[in-house]
Amino acid sequence: MVKKIMTGNLAAAWGAKISRAEVIAAYPITPQTIIVEKLAKFISDGELKAEYLRVESEHSAMAACIAASQTGARTFTATSSQGLALMHELLHWASGARTPIVMANVNRALAPPWNIWADHTDMMSQRDTGWIQFYAESNQEVLDTIINCYKLCEDRAIQLPAMVGLDAFYLSHTSEIVDIPDQDIADKFLPPYKAFYPLDVEHPLSVGSLAMPHQWYSEFRYKIYKSMEKVIPKLNKIEKEFNKEFGRNYTGPLDLYQVEDAEIILVAVGTVAGTVKDTVDYLRSKGLKVGVIRLRLFRPFPSEELIKALKNASFVGVLDRSFSFGNEGQIFSELKASLYQTNRDPLIKDFIVGIGGRDITTDTVKKIYENCQKCLKNKKIDQEIEWTNIKV
Amino acid sequence: MNRAGIPIEEYVCSGHSACPGCGALLVLRYVLKVLGKNTIVTSPACCFTAIAGMFPDTCIEVPLLYNAFETTAASASGIEAALKIKGKKDNTHVVAFAGDGGTADIGLQAISGALENGHNIIYVCYDNEAYMNTGIQSSSLTPMGATTTTNPIGKEAGWKITPKKNMMDILVAHNIKYAATVNPSYPIDFVKKVEKAKATKGFSYIHAYSVCPIGWRYQPELGLEMGRLATETGAFPLYEVENGKYNITYKKKTKNVLEYYKLQGRFRHLSEDFINDVQVYIDQEWQKLLLKEECSKK
Repeated sequence: MVKKIMTGNLAAAWGAKISRAEVIAAYPITPQTIIVEKLAKFISDGELKAEYLRVESEHSAMAACIAASQTGARTFTATSSQGLALMHELLHWASGARTPIVMANVNRALAPPWNIWADHTDMMSQRDTGWIQFYAESNQEVLDTIINCYKLCEDRAIQLPAMVGLDAFYLSHTSEIVDIPDQDIADKFLPPYKAFYPLDVEHPLSVGSLAMPHQWYSEFRYKIYKSMEKVIPKLNKIEKEFNKEFGRNYTGPLDLYQVEDAEIILVAVGTVAGTVKDTVDYLRSKGLKVGVIRLRLFRPFPSEELIKALKNASFVGVLDRSFSFGNEGQIFSELKASLYQTNRDPLIKDFIVGIGGRDITTDTVKKIYENCQKCLKNKKIDQEIEWTNIKV
Repeated sequence: MNRAGIPIEEYVCSGHSACPGCGALLVLRYVLKVLGKNTIVTSPACCFTAIAGMFPDTCIEVPLLYNAFETTAASASGIEAALKIKGKKDNTHVVAFAGDGGTADIGLQAISGALENGHNIIYVCYDNEAYMNTGIQSSSLTPMGATTTTNPIGKEAGWKITPKKNMMDILVAHNIKYAATVNPSYPIDFVKKVEKAKATKGFSYIHAYSVCPIGWRYQPELGLEMGRLATETGAFPLYEVENGKYNITYKKKTKNVLEYYKLQGRFRHLSEDFINDVQVYIDQEWQKLLLKEECSKK
C-alpha cells in the first residue's frame, strides 16, 4: 500500500492502471486531459500493458471502446462535458451492446457561453443511456470507484457500462492524499476480464443485428432493466469486500451524514457534500438537527435507500448542480417521484447551486439551511425552485 | 483451393435478404473468399445491415459486428486493438465494410483518424453511389447528373451537378500503404487487389464498385455488364496505389460515357449538353490518372 499526493485526474488514471485496463481510447478535453496523458505515460514507461488509441474524437473513442470490449478487452476512456455530449449516441450503444466499459467523466458545464468549471449537466443529460452513474466526493473515491466499477460491470448479472463523475477542478485539479491499492491484492479482487461472447474467429457470431418489433428488441431492453435492478445489491456486496481488502468504509449508493435524528436533510451530489458536511458540524454545534445525504449513485436511482434514509426528516432540501430547463433540477424530480409512492410527505425544496462552477461556500449552505428552517417553521415552502446566489 | 485464381471457399451463404442483382453482397463475397476464415467484419447502418439477416439469422460465416453509422473505422480500430492485446492480431484480419455514405460522408472523420493512427485494418467501401438503404438519397459519391430523392427533378432544380468525391485521392493524401479500386465485373483483378491488401501491414483501402438496380433503375440481370461499361467508359477506373505509386490495372478506356449513362433511369433526364460535360470531366480525370501513373514511374 502506497500513499501519494495526487489530483483527481491522476487518481482516475491510477484507477484504470490498477484495474489493468487493456484498451484505452484517448481524446483530450479540459479538464480531463491529464487522465489520458498519465495513462499514455504509464504505457510509455512500461508500467501498464495496454493498447492506447489516439482517436480523432470522443465519438470515436467510445466507438473503439465498444468494439474492443466486444472483442474481449477491458476498456477505459475519459472525457468531460462537450466530449460526453458528443458520445451520446454511443452511450446508448455501449449499454445496448452490454459492454462493461468504465469511463471517468470530469463534470463540467456545457457551452455556450464557454465554461470549463464544475457542473453536473453533462452527466445528468446522459441519465437515460443505460449507464451506471457514480459521482465522487474525493480523489480516493475516484480511484476506488473505478476498480469497483469494473468488478460490478463485468459481473454476468450486470454487463453494463459505468461512468464515474469527478467535479472539474474541485477534484480533477486538487491534490489530496490517495492510498493506492497493492497491485497483487487488487488482482485478486479484480481478476482479468473474460467476455462471455467475444468476437472470435473460432466461434463466429453476428452481433448487434436488426431485431424486429415482434421479435426480440423489447426483450433485450427488458433485460437491461432487470440488470439495473441488480446493481445496488451487487454494489453493496462488492464494496463490502473492497472495504475489507483495502480498509475503506464505502456504504453503497448513499453516504449518510448525521441523518438519523435530523429534521432537515440536504441531498447533495459530488464535492459540494464536503462543504455541506462541514456546515452540518457547525450547525449541530449550535444544537440544530440537520444532516446530509450524499448521492453516490444516480443510476440506478437508489429510491428505496433514500426513502429509508429520509424516514425521520420533516424537510428535504435538494442541491442540484444542473437543471432540466422547462422543469426542475434532476435529482429533485427523481426524489419527489420516489417519495410519491410512500406515505411520507416531507416538505421538499430544490436549490440550484454551483452552476458553471460558481463556488458553494459554507455561507451559501448556511443560508440554505436557514431558509429550510424558515419554511419548516411556516410549514410551507416559499418557492419550489430557488436558484441560489443569482445576481439578477 | 482456387478456380481461375479465385478461391472456391464461401463465407457468404444463402438466406440473405439482398435485392436481386445487388452488388454489395458480391463485393463482400469476393473479399471474404480472399481473406478466409480468420476474419472479423464490422459494418455500420447501411444496406448490409438489412442484407446479412435479421436477429438471430445471419448469412455471414465469420464474426460480424454491427456498429453505429459513422464509426466503422473507429470500431475496426477497437477490434484490432483488442486482438493485439490478446495476442491474436497476427492471425486475424479486421475488415471494415461500409457503404459510400458511411465512408465518404458521415464516416470520413473516423477513417482519417484510424488511417493516420496506422491501424492494421482493411477498409472496404462498397460504393453504390447513394444512400440506398434509406431509399436513394444523394451522397458525396453520387455521380454527376444522377437524380435521387434528395436531388429530385423539378421546375427549379434537379439532378446532382457536382462530381463524386475522390476517396482514393483523400486516402492517398494520408500516405496510405495500399489503396485500390475494384469492380466485381473484373473478379481476377478484384481478388489480386484484396490479396495485396491482405499482405499489407497497416491500413489498406478497397473502393468497390457496387451496382444497385433499384437506385440506378436498370434491369437487375445487367449488373455485370453495367460494371464493365463503368470501367470501359472511365466512369469507374480500375487502379491501385501502392506506397504512393499509381498503377492503372485496366487501361482500355474505349467507350463514351453515354453508353453507360443511357442504360440507367437515374440519368434519363440529362440533356446531350450535360452528358458532354460529364464526358469532359471523365476525360480530364482519366488524363490526371494517367499522369499520376506516369509520375509514379519516375
